[in-house]
Amino acid sequence: MREINAQDVTAAVKRLCMEANSYLPADVKGRICDACQKEPWALARNILGIIRENYEIAEEKYVPICQDTGVACVFLEVGQDVHISGDLNAAIHEGVRQGYEEGCLRKSVVRDPLDRVNTRDNTPAMIYYDIVPGDKLKITVAPKGFGSENMSQIKMLKPSDGLEGVKAYILKVVEEAGPNPCPPIVVGVGIGGTFDKAAYLAKKALMRSTDVRNADPFYAALEDELLEKINALGIGPQGVGGQTTALAVNIEQMATHIAGLPVAVNINCHVTRHQSMEL
Amino acid sequence: MEKRITTPLTLEQVRGLHCGDSVLISGVIYTARDAAHKRLCELAAQGKELPFDVKDSVIYFVGPAPAKGDQVIGSAGPTTSYRMDAYSPTMIALGQRGMIGKGKRSPEVVAAMKEHGAVYFGAIGGAGAYLSRCIKKAEIVAYEDLGAEAVRRLEVEDLPAFVIIDSEGNNLYENGRKEYLASLK
Repeated sequence: MREINAQDVTAAVKRLCMEANSYLPADVKGRICDACQKEPWALARNILGIIRENYEIAEEKYVPICQDTGVACVFLEVGQDVHISGDLNAAIHEGVRQGYEEGCLRKSVVRDPLDRVNTRDNTPAMIYYDIVPGDKLKITVAPKGFGSENMSQIKMLKPSDGLEGVKAYILKVVEEAGPNPCPPIVVGVGIGGTFDKAAYLAKKALMRSTDVRNADPFYAALEDELLEKINALGIGPQGVGGQTTALAVNIEQMATHIAGLPVAVNINCHVTRHQSMEL
Repeated sequence: MEKRITTPLTLEQVRGLHCGDSVLISGVIYTARDAAHKRLCELAAQGKELPFDVKDSVIYFVGPAPAKGDQVIGSAGPTTSYRMDAYSPTMIALGQRGMIGKGKRSPEVVAAMKEHGAVYFGAIGGAGAYLSRCIKKAEIVAYEDLGAEAVRRLEVEDLPAFVIIDSEGNNLYENGRKEYLASLK
């Protein structure tokens, strides 16, 4: 059994909150740069240029890429041979509290969905646990903005809807979102599981590098096909028209019930942020 | 070529702006999101004075990040505008001329824009670090308890935006996409 001190988790989460909000992952930057070269529509190209300059400023000055520094989604892959000394959940929330304060990040969390009183320290974090083999603890912090989160949807399709139904639904969600989620977007898709598992898979899909395709060749091809179809919609950066509506489509799939075909679409904006660390 | 515009924004200026125009905005603008809009409209309903002069004003839908180091203001890009749709017609009827945000608006907002003469600008969502550099001065004028959502008076210089919906109701989200798709044929 390997011991990990909860205080080390706090320090890691704090650092990851700050870094994730200022440093865009290299794969996302690469896709934005590519789009700057390939976008044929003039206004769209200008917008992509500003989006690129924006992440450069954020990185250089170590300031948030976007003012919506999100709700902190914290993913933990806990090795089954790890023992945490101290309160792990509390340690994560404390890391978020410290990171958002010290990093001058916006506090965007309300304590209750209906009374809407701001907690003023961006806690609680949204925590997701996965138990894995080994004696390591991997922490990923993904600040999730709500301009794009609000445009996400889930639907329980029928098995008879099949592949075509899945494709049509994903395109419908992107179409309905239009300019609202700050395109160019990254589209996370979860197919299968249960109602809640599909949504979880869609969010998890957004944690994967946009340069890594689904391990299953069938789903990898589906990711490519959907990206092409989304970019043929013409919505464009910020919805002003153009070729660059999405930077990537990431799909995660799993087993499901004989009667069901759940599909969840979780949308991210071009500020697709996440940073990881292994303890 | 960008059009340079300076606030306060008059009806005459608004009439000269057309869907798809790129603009650089300078002068004083005010920030408000849904929580502040709710309070502003409640004041208006009670016939009370608002904390800033709404006539010919431009409101930026933004909840900035806190300032860091020597910054005037933290990252400050637009929030999604549809959450203000319930309130914007009231504000436009009171004399507001410009809105800066991102995303779609309701038919009711567009109708008020056409009736009273107002314009909806889109700023680049997610470009908060870039846009904060155009803000030269920031001070809270009302609702400090709302934190990021307080009403701020901003002095801006050459804030880049484009006309999404003009005072005749022409919409860049519809027209721009149509024109781009037509260009492929």
